[in-house]
Amino acid sequence: MAEILVLVDHVDGTVRKPTLELLTLARRLGEPSAVFLGPGADAATDVLGTYGAQKVYVVDAPEVAEHLVTPAVDALAQIAASSGPGAVLLPSSLDGKETAARLAVRLESGLITDAVDITADQDGRPVTEQSVFAATYQVTAHVTEGVPVITVKPNATAPEPAPATPVVEKVDVTFGPTATATRVLSRTPRVGGDRPELTEADVVVSGGRGVNGAENFAIIEALADSLGAAVGASRAAVDAGWYPHSHQVGQTGTQVSPQLYVAAGISGAIQHRAGMQTSKTIVAVNKDADAPIFELADYGVVGDLFKVLPQLVEEIDRRRG
Amino acid sequence: MKIVVCVKHVPDATADRTFTEDGTTDRDAVDSVLSELDEYAVEQALRLTESGVDAEVTYLTVGPDDAKDALRKSLAMGGDRAIHVSDDDIRGSDALGTSLVLAKAIERHGFDLVVCGMASTDGSMGVVPAMLAERLGVPAVTHLDELAVSAEDGSVTGRREGESATVRIQGTLPAVVSVTDRSGDARYPSFKGIMAAKKKPVETLDLTDLDIEPEWTGGSAARSAVDTTAKRPPRTKGEIVADEGAGGVGLAAFLTAKKFV
Repeated sequence: MAEILVLVDHVDGTVRKPTLELLTLARRLGEPSAVFLGPGADAATDVLGTYGAQKVYVVDAPEVAEHLVTPAVDALAQIAASSGPGAVLLPSSLDGKETAARLAVRLESGLITDAVDITADQDGRPVTEQSVFAATYQVTAHVTEGVPVITVKPNATAPEPAPATPVVEKVDVTFGPTATATRVLSRTPRVGGDRPELTEADVVVSGGRGVNGAENFAIIEALADSLGAAVGASRAAVDAGWYPHSHQVGQTGTQVSPQLYVAAGISGAIQHRAGMQTSKTIVAVNKDADAPIFELADYGVVGDLFKVLPQLVEEIDRRRG
Repeated sequence: MKIVVCVKHVPDATADRTFTEDGTTDRDAVDSVLSELDEYAVEQALRLTESGVDAEVTYLTVGPDDAKDALRKSLAMGGDRAIHVSDDDIRGSDALGTSLVLAKAIERHGFDLVVCGMASTDGSMGVVPAMLAERLGVPAVTHLDELAVSAEDGSVTGRREGESATVRIQGTLPAVVSVTDRSGDARYPSFKGIMAAKKKPVETLDLTDLDIEPEWTGGSAARSAVDTTAKRPPRTKGEIVADEGAGGVGLAAFLTAKKFV
């Protein structure tokens, strides 16, 4: 079986959920090998093994921590050259896509980004599914040259454990001249509180123009907390300064695909729909019965969010006793 | 300093877009425009020159004849000159082929800074800036909502809002940068600008001019292939109820039935 390289997305050794999804998908194509860059590999190895990593390549070099993307490309290219993998899977994050782009050029390989699913064809080669044109089309595609380099969107699949005891292999990477040409000057971690991250959340509650003010986002947050959800916002709400841009859901913001998406006071402009319409279940609350968001909604309430949402939170509390 | 801004002429993203039989975007079905996200790249290049960076701004596009419209729109906003790469053998290129053509044209022209939008509004992969940087052997400083260039110390600095942190990053010039739709609203071309754009030079190049063999680009050189395209089935119209005082209770019942509560 071919080795499938999975680039590990982690924060100081804490593996993020999209990586577990990649390992789950990788098992359909071959034997997953995790590529772990930076410090903290010891802490990560157990969880990578739990989700099926047969091998963990570890590159713990200062270049990786202090510089963006290019050191990861050097590492992946070198590991790919020696292991001859069946595919390289990366998360569809900013850094993941940029790493994939450079890697595809380096390996003279085809690249597919933002896959929402991967299956194996009869020869075990990856066939991807993508959602394009503001999620109005489903496209299946495959790489025709080189080692397929594929980035996968978060929530493409549910992580499934498949315990393995990975072999750990430390790799000394020879970094190229551009590896250190882009430097991180400062890094300010997002203060997310206790809520899940937008890209990874199973449930997202978003507010739009109808929320009508920054202070009213407390109503959105209250419902989010009641459902264990992340908070999103439409571009209109973000442009009005009611909620930070990092929470913007849409074509140029974050694209989400949760199990449940609740749109409150959001009319559903095409740019917003492009960022959320692959959500499994969609619920909308809006005063305007003609709002386009109702065309997508599995359940819609035509009404005032200031009345409906607090009542909903109260009813959820009551049902939970 | 030489600034090259890459712009793309794309099918209007607000229209209903479709595919042709060979799995490429049907470009005849809807009107094409300068990709909205590239307008921010044009704007940032112009702001750099206005902030005192001594630079010539050149727009570069790859595409059939009507792609020149994207160059004219950019030139009407400001800037000095434009390059249009057009060749039948480019049709159907993937991002790898497109980045090769762009990189060869940029090398031929010379550059200190390449400015791109964060993604095109058609392919929307957002990978061409990084591919360009790889091909040109320079740093990529991407997805910036703030951008500053220092000619003195030969650096470009920017702010990027990543998934889990806001990061300030710096690269050495020459470099490729990409800017987001948060970088600053793009200006509208003035009447004077539109008239002036008609007199600005637009150079047209083909693959021969760029020393690119025809088999390196186009659909046959693409390293990925679309197998199927299918319009997503419209979502089945759900249950829409008017709130008559118990809207929240009804919604809670729906969420409970779906096991979210």
